[in-house]
Amino acid sequence: MSAAPLGVYVHWPFCKSKCPYCDFNSHVREGVEQARWRAALLRELEHAAREAPGRRIETMFFGGGTPSLMEPATVAALIARARQLWDTAPEIEITLEANPTSVEAGRFAALAEAGVNRVSLGVQALETASLKFLGREHSADEALEALATARRHFARHSFDLIYARPGQTPEAWAAELERALALAGEHLSLYQLTIERGTRFFTDHARGGFALPDEEASAAMFEQTQARLERAGMPAYEISNHARPGAACRHNLIYWRYQDYVGIGPGAHGRFAVGNAKQATRRASGPEAWLEAVERDGHGTAETSTVEGQDLVEEALMMGLRLADGIDRATFASVAGTDPVEALDAARLEPLVRAGFLEIDATHLRATSAGRQRLNALLERLIA
Amino acid sequence: MTDLSLIRNFSIIAHIDHGKSTLADRLLLACGAVTEREFHDQMLDSMDIERERGITIKAQTVRLNYPAQDGKTYVLNLMDTPGHVDFAYEVSRSLAACEGSLLVVDASQGVEAQTLANAYHAIDANHEIIPVLNKIDLPSAEPERVCREIEDVVGIDTSEAVKVSAKTGIGIDDLLEAMVKRLPPPKGDRDAPLKALLVDSWYDPYLGVVTLVRVQDGVLRKGMKIRMMAAAAAYDLDKVGVFKPKPTDVPELGPGEIGFIIAGIKTIADCKVGDTITDDRKPATEMLSGFKPSVPVVFCGLFPADAAEFETLRESLSKLRLNDSSFHFEAETSAALGFGFRCGFLGLLHLEIVQERLEREFNLDLVTTAPSVVYKVKMVDGTSMELHNPADYPDPMKIESMEEPWIKATIITPDEHLGSVLTLCQERRGQQIELTYAGTRAMAVYRLPLNEVVFDFYDRLKSMTRGYASFDYEMDGYEESELVKLAILVNAEPVDALSMIVHKNAAESRGRQLCERLKDLIPRQLFKIAIQAAIGGRVIARETISPMRKDVLAKCYGGDISRKKKLLEKQKKGKKRMRQIGEVEIPQSAFIAALKMDSR
Repeated sequence: MSAAPLGVYVHWPFCKSKCPYCDFNSHVREGVEQARWRAALLRELEHAAREAPGRRIETMFFGGGTPSLMEPATVAALIARARQLWDTAPEIEITLEANPTSVEAGRFAALAEAGVNRVSLGVQALETASLKFLGREHSADEALEALATARRHFARHSFDLIYARPGQTPEAWAAELERALALAGEHLSLYQLTIERGTRFFTDHARGGFALPDEEASAAMFEQTQARLERAGMPAYEISNHARPGAACRHNLIYWRYQDYVGIGPGAHGRFAVGNAKQATRRASGPEAWLEAVERDGHGTAETSTVEGQDLVEEALMMGLRLADGIDRATFASVAGTDPVEALDAARLEPLVRAGFLEIDATHLRATSAGRQRLNALLERLIA
Repeated sequence: MTDLSLIRNFSIIAHIDHGKSTLADRLLLACGAVTEREFHDQMLDSMDIERERGITIKAQTVRLNYPAQDGKTYVLNLMDTPGHVDFAYEVSRSLAACEGSLLVVDASQGVEAQTLANAYHAIDANHEIIPVLNKIDLPSAEPERVCREIEDVVGIDTSEAVKVSAKTGIGIDDLLEAMVKRLPPPKGDRDAPLKALLVDSWYDPYLGVVTLVRVQDGVLRKGMKIRMMAAAAAYDLDKVGVFKPKPTDVPELGPGEIGFIIAGIKTIADCKVGDTITDDRKPATEMLSGFKPSVPVVFCGLFPADAAEFETLRESLSKLRLNDSSFHFEAETSAALGFGFRCGFLGLLHLEIVQERLEREFNLDLVTTAPSVVYKVKMVDGTSMELHNPADYPDPMKIESMEEPWIKATIITPDEHLGSVLTLCQERRGQQIELTYAGTRAMAVYRLPLNEVVFDFYDRLKSMTRGYASFDYEMDGYEESELVKLAILVNAEPVDALSMIVHKNAAESRGRQLCERLKDLIPRQLFKIAIQAAIGGRVIARETISPMRKDVLAKCYGGDISRKKKLLEKQKKGKKRMRQIGEVEIPQSAFIAALKMDSR
């Protein structure tokens, strides 16, 4: 097929300040040379088109960092160049992550003009004290304003909340969730706070600065979230992502379905077919190192490898079992060369099916909601 | 060949930490066997582990030349001995090769349990004993009090006790003179047929099998053909030598002399310790009395943490056995722990040392099962068996009766801790035999089932007396006892590695304790876990671990799969350290922690 679908990911690594929970590839810099960065991203985009030529782009996604800090002209240039480099699906989804500050909301019109048709706002909490704890630069009121602005400019929007925060009770979260539902459009991402190595929270937490809700409380909040969102007509289509029917983020679905995507910008990852092989790419993560590499070589690739055999099966399973729909066995087989049920050890699979954590039917292998809630342990049983 | 009257063969015996090895080092220095520059602590303890723990494990020997005040130069053969009760067997072997002993007592501490035990061994060996008060330089030294203690508790005369400081060298010359004057020279007949005692043997990577001998009668000469009388094997003698302390060749060893021989012996298994070596052409008619063979009294299973290391463990055990014939091992399979070895030891310290050497010298990660003693089982059908592995416990219906080993334990403690020591002994089914006081310290002699002692008795004793109590024991026969097998079940599957044989009265509390402990040690899993302790079919304790409710990475960022792969790699690594019992994964660390029994 000459026009196999492709997702394009663009990473903008800069933030105004580093949030204490965030372990993504994000950096705070005094003034970014926008023109230089624009040129470099465009060059690497051209390189990506040589890596995965002849495709049809289904989705683009600007992530970060804080991509709402990019000049709209840069976003416009990248979208325009992508359209030149590849064939483009008529219903292409172009998402940009944005912080809900007034400054950034001021750019929404220009971003929409550039071609962005979906925004994902990092609201994170609806109360000011929690926002402060999470190190966010916006207030709750500011976030509401930004949401209203987003609604005016974009057909599709979503926002993120972080819950199971220190001291948060299931009751408090239930109330916050009600307010969120009143504000929600078609999509919500609801993440439980996790403490990652290499963040300020990791150190604070290790030193006893704060405690997270225990397993029972966080499980209760998770279950309550699932039930409430289902009633609201926004069931989870992935562990932390909820949408009205047909409103799932198509770009993220590409990852979870283990379909093809290229990544540009510092630390961006790609997975795409080259002939029959699945190619994995990783760009240099340090912003300056990446920039210099692109200016010198035309790309900032730090590592290229082929994912094959058991590795490929494991990657596809880890991603696919996050989805409520699970893994399409035929699609999986076309990528991995083997049916997923065949690829697994029956002795490991069987007790998990019997216990109601996994379901197998003629077309799908999926983790049940009980299974998804315990996916780490489930994967450990299944493939570790 | 030295004139008999110029030879003194002696051992140094002491409680641990009373300065035995330092004194040995000091004697080496005084006799010029080492230079000031070479002098370092515990010259004779060649294993790292010996130096670190401050104990001697293998007997060592060294030949010293001492020019005495009478103008003659004497040959002093020092046999260094292990201090700990587990190595009592090695002690008695060393003592049998000597005529005298230096009984070293710390002048600030006094008589301790092993002082007593070792002194009795020396008395049994008919030794002339010179009491030596060490650490006389310490401000806290109380030589008069300690002398009185030696007289009261050990019962030997201290009017001519020698006061020394091995550390500073005070009194060392007096001690050397006393040895020459007071220790008896050996007896022997140079012209009689050769009789030499095989004291010990070990494997040396450069020399091969080295055999330590003490000549009684006759002469051992390089090139002669010798015969091991009990083993009924003959060898050509390649080398005869003495340790000075470096191995040094000599042309011959005559009566009363101690040295080593090298004779093309392949493995130490061919050397029966206690055997008599004689001249193959002119053999002696009678053998020397020899020793009782050492018998393992404590057994446990040793399993590699990583199943792939089973062969490495086998090789390592074989290598260790080259130098330590006192421990035994045979292959064993456990449903919970996989392939491993059932090993027998002379005691708990011996077990610990072997385990530590395996981990340190051979870089092995081990799971050790609960130590067990040797039970005697009489069956209904009239047969009997020895049981040293709970896994072999027969059908209880077929058991007529069981016997367990007892020990006689001597505990010396400052009297303020006596109350808790006595309580501990009572709790462990002890029977008091004797309770005496010497100054501010008390000596309690108890009979105790060995089974109760292998569970952390010594650790508890040390902690409750802040390290001030000393402990020694000897085996004291078998007695009939009501013993049951306590099984631990996880989701109804028995975990063989956790089963143990216990006294009926202790079964319930120990079972409850193990279940509670396992509940904390086994992490929550996808499935509910029931932990039970049972005797026969009867469940006596139960705990439940509820299944985990949530375990998921909430975020999944962009197309970066590597983060999730890292978790999977971590899980794969962790899995290697898991043991699967039915559907339950038990971390190996849980076995280790659960088996570190603690009675509270």
